[in-house]
Amino acid sequence: MAIQVAFWVLAAVIVGAALAVVLQRNIFRAALFLVLCFFTVAGIYVVLSADFLAGAQVLIYVGAIGVLIIFAIMLTRETQRGSPSGRLRLPALLVGLLFLATMVFVIVSTDWHVVAEIPTEPTTSAIAQALFSGEEGFVLAFEIAAALLLAAIIGAIVLVREK
Amino acid sequence: MPPEVVLAIFLLPFLSFVIISFIIRPLLSHRSQISGYVTIAAIGTSLLLSVLVLTEVISAEGHVLSMPDYEWLAIGDITIHIGVTVDSLSAVMLIVVTSVSLLVQIYSQGYMRGDPGYSRYFAFMSLFTGSMLGLVLADNLLFLFLFWEGVGLCSYLLIGFWFHKPEAARAAMKAFLVTRLGDFGFLAAILFLYTKTGTFDIGELQHLALAGAIGSTALTWAAIGIFSGAVGKSAQFPLHTWLPDAMEGPTPVSALIHAATMVAAGVYLVARMFPVFASSSEAITTVAIIGGFTAIFAASMGLVMNDIKRVLAYSTISQLGYMMLGLGAVGVAVASGAIPLEHGLALGVAVGIFHLFSHAFFKSLLFLGAGSVNHATGTFDIREMGGLRKAMPWTFGTFLIASLSLAGIWPLAGFWSKEGILAHAWESTPILFYLAMITVFMTAFYMFRVVFLTFGGEYRGQSQGSHGLHESPLVMIGPMVLLAILSVAAGWFPISEFLGGESHSFFGALAHPLAWASLVLAGGGILLAYAIYSRKWLSAESLRRAFAPLYTLFARKYWLDELYERVFVVRILIDGIFAALHWFDDHIVDGAVNGIAGGTVAVGRVVRKAETGQLQAYGLAIFIGILAIIACLFIFS
Amino acid sequence: MAIGLEHFLILSAILFSIGLYGALAKRNAVVILMSIEIMLNAVNIAMVAFWHYSAPMLMTGQIFVIFIMVVAAAEAAVGLALIIAIYRSRDTVDAEKFNLMKW
Repeated sequence: MAIQVAFWVLAAVIVGAALAVVLQRNIFRAALFLVLCFFTVAGIYVVLSADFLAGAQVLIYVGAIGVLIIFAIMLTRETQRGSPSGRLRLPALLVGLLFLATMVFVIVSTDWHVVAEIPTEPTTSAIAQALFSGEEGFVLAFEIAAALLLAAIIGAIVLVREK
Repeated sequence: MPPEVVLAIFLLPFLSFVIISFIIRPLLSHRSQISGYVTIAAIGTSLLLSVLVLTEVISAEGHVLSMPDYEWLAIGDITIHIGVTVDSLSAVMLIVVTSVSLLVQIYSQGYMRGDPGYSRYFAFMSLFTGSMLGLVLADNLLFLFLFWEGVGLCSYLLIGFWFHKPEAARAAMKAFLVTRLGDFGFLAAILFLYTKTGTFDIGELQHLALAGAIGSTALTWAAIGIFSGAVGKSAQFPLHTWLPDAMEGPTPVSALIHAATMVAAGVYLVARMFPVFASSSEAITTVAIIGGFTAIFAASMGLVMNDIKRVLAYSTISQLGYMMLGLGAVGVAVASGAIPLEHGLALGVAVGIFHLFSHAFFKSLLFLGAGSVNHATGTFDIREMGGLRKAMPWTFGTFLIASLSLAGIWPLAGFWSKEGILAHAWESTPILFYLAMITVFMTAFYMFRVVFLTFGGEYRGQSQGSHGLHESPLVMIGPMVLLAILSVAAGWFPISEFLGGESHSFFGALAHPLAWASLVLAGGGILLAYAIYSRKWLSAESLRRAFAPLYTLFARKYWLDELYERVFVVRILIDGIFAALHWFDDHIVDGAVNGIAGGTVAVGRVVRKAETGQLQAYGLAIFIGILAIIACLFIFS
Repeated sequence: MAIGLEHFLILSAILFSIGLYGALAKRNAVVILMSIEIMLNAVNIAMVAFWHYSAPMLMTGQIFVIFIMVVAAAEAAVGLALIIAIYRSRDTVDAEKFNLMKW
C-alpha cells in the first residue's frame, strides 16, 4: 500500500519535473527542475530497494552534474533568448510520441520473467563484492572507468582553459 | 596441273603490287620505269600460265579441272572454305583478262611516260589485275565478293588517278558510290542465300537451285539481289551514270577496266550464277529486259556526244546490255522449257561470254586508239579533229577495224558474237529483239560518226599537241595492232562450242535471213554517217534542229544525273532523311543525355537540403530510422 | 493494483520520450544536455527495475547503473566544457547556428 502511494507520487513528480525542464523558457528554472527530477529518481531507487544507488544518484547527479550544469548556464548567459523551442519541434513531438507508443506497446505485450523474491538486505556490500571480485566481478570495467574519467577530466580542462 | 600454278596466276600480279608499293616507290623512285617492267613481267607470266591452264581444260573431261578446297575459317559450327574453280568459263575469262591487261600495260608504258605518278599507276594496275583474276577464279561467293570490292576499289583509285583534278575526284567518288548501291543488294543476296542453304560455295548453290531445294520466292529475290550487283558493276540502267564520268581517268584505265574487264565482271557473275537465274523465270526476265532496254537507251545517248571517250563509254554500256540480253534470252527459253535444261545452261553462258570475249578486244582497242589520238592532238573533242588518217595511218587502220567489228560486219569477231545474241532474242523475247535491231543501226551510226569526224576531212583543230601531228610510238602501236588482229580473228576460235554452245560455220552463217537483216542495218548506219559527216549530203545542223527535243533529251542524258543528284540526294536524302536524323540526334539523343545530367543536378540540389549541418536534424533522422526498423521488425516477424 | 515491472518500465519510457523531445526540439545547447541527462536517468530506472523484478540475486543490474552514472558524469563534464568553449568563440549557444557538420 505504502509503496503504491509512494510510486505514484514520485512518478508524477518525475514526469512533471521533466516536462518542466523541457518546456520552461527560463533556463535557470529549467535547471532547478532538473535537480528536482534527479532527487525524485533517487526516491524511485529507494522504492526499488536499491539503497546504495539512491545515495550515489544524489551524490553524482545532484551534487556534481547539477552544479556543473548551473555553472555552464551562468557562464553562457543569453538572457534575451533563454531556452526557446527549435524549428523541429513538431517533428520531434511526433517522433517522441510515436516512440513512446511503440515502447508502451512492447512493454505491455511482452511476457516479462518476474521472480518472486524481493531483495531485503542492504546492497552496498553485495555491490562491492560484485565490483571488486576477480573472476565473476567487474574489476576490469572498474579500472577502465577510472581511465575514462581521467581522460574526461583532462579533455575538459584542455577544452576550457584560456589561451 | 598442280593447284599452285592456278594460284600463281592471280598471286603474281599481287606480288607485283607489293614489290612496287613497298620496294620501288619508296626506294627506287628515280627509276620508276622498273614498275612498268615488273608489272609486265608478272602479267606476262600469268598469261602464259593461263594459256597452259586453257590447254589442260580443253583436254580435260567435261572441261573441268578439279581443284582442292581449303578450310579458311571455322567459327562455332560455321566453316568457310576457299578454293578455285577451273572450268571452261574461268579459262576463257583468264585469257581475256591477262591478254588485254598485258597489252594495255605495254601501251601504258608509252602513254604514261613522264607522269609523276608512274609507279603508283602500275601498282594499282597490278592490284586490279590480281583482283580481277581472283574474281574469276573464286569458287565461293564470299571470296568473289571480296575481289569484287577489290576491283571496285582499284577502279576508284584509277579513275581518280589525277586526283588534283576536281572532276576526276568527283567522278571516282560517284563511281564508287553508285556501284556500292548495287553491291548492297549483292551482299544481301549472298547472306540471304547463306541463311537459306548454309553454304557460300557456288557449285553447291547451283545444284541446290536446280534441284529446287530453295523456295521459288527466295530464289527470285536472291537472284535479283545478285543481279543488282551486276547492274552496278556493269553500268546497266539505272546504275549506269557513273561510267561516262569515269572517263576522267587515264585512257588505258578506261580501256582495261571500263571496257574489257571490270565492267564485264557483272556479266561474268550472271553467267557464273546462271543456274540460279534460270531457275527463276521472273529474275531471268528482269535480266533480259534490263539488258535489252539499256542497249538502246545507252546507244541513244552515244549518238550526240562530242567526246570520243564518252561515245565509247555509252557504247560499252550498250554492248554490256547486249550481253545481258543474250544471257537473259536464253535463260527465258530455259525457264519456259523451250530449251532442255542441261543444254540451255551451257548455251546461255556461251552466248553471253562469247560477246564479252570479242567485245573485250575491239572495245579496248577503240579506247587505245582514242588515247593515241589524244597523244597527238591533246584533246578528245571530235569537233576539233579531222584529217588524222593522213598523219596517223596505223591508228586509223586499227580504229577502223575495231569499229567494223563493233558494228558487226562479217567476218569480223563482232558479227559472230552479236548474231548469237540476236538469234536467241528473236526466239525468246521478240520485243527486245526489235529494240536490239534498232540498236545495231544506232551503233554503226555513232561509231562511224566518230570515225568520219576524227579521221576524215581536214584538220579543224588549233593545237598541235606536244609532238605535232604524228603517229604514236611503237610501244603504243604494237599492242593496238595485236588487238586489231584479235578483233578480226576472235570469232574464228571455237569459243562458243568450248563453253557448251552452238558452233557456226564460216559461210553458213550467211544463209540466215537474220544475218542479212543485221548486216543491212549496220550498213545503213554506216551509210547515213557517211552521208552526214563525210559527204555532207545532209546537214548535221539541220537534222539537229529538226529533232531538237530528241537531241536535248539524249544530250542531257535523259536528265537522269540531275534526277539522281538534285532530287534524290539533295532533296530527299539530305534535306529530308538526314535533316530528320540530325534533328533526332540534336534534340532526342542529346536531349536525353543532357536531360539525365540536368536531372542528376536537380536531384542533387534537392538532396543537398537534407544536409543542414545541424545536430538536431540529424538526430531526428536517426530516431525516425529507429522507429522504421522497429516497425519493420514487427511487420515482418 | 500492485506495482509491477511494467509500471516502472512505462515510467522509464515516458521519461525517455520527454528527454528525446527536449534533445531534438530545444535550441539552447545546455538544455539539450539536460535532456540527455534525463534520458540517461530513464535508462537507469529501467535497469534498476529489471534488477529488482527479474534478477535480484545478481548485482549485475546495479553495477550497470553505476557505470552508466560514471559515463554520464564524464560526458556531462566534457559536453559542458565544449559548450563553454563554443560560447567563447562564437558568443552563442544556439544549436541552430552550428551548421558545420556537413562536408
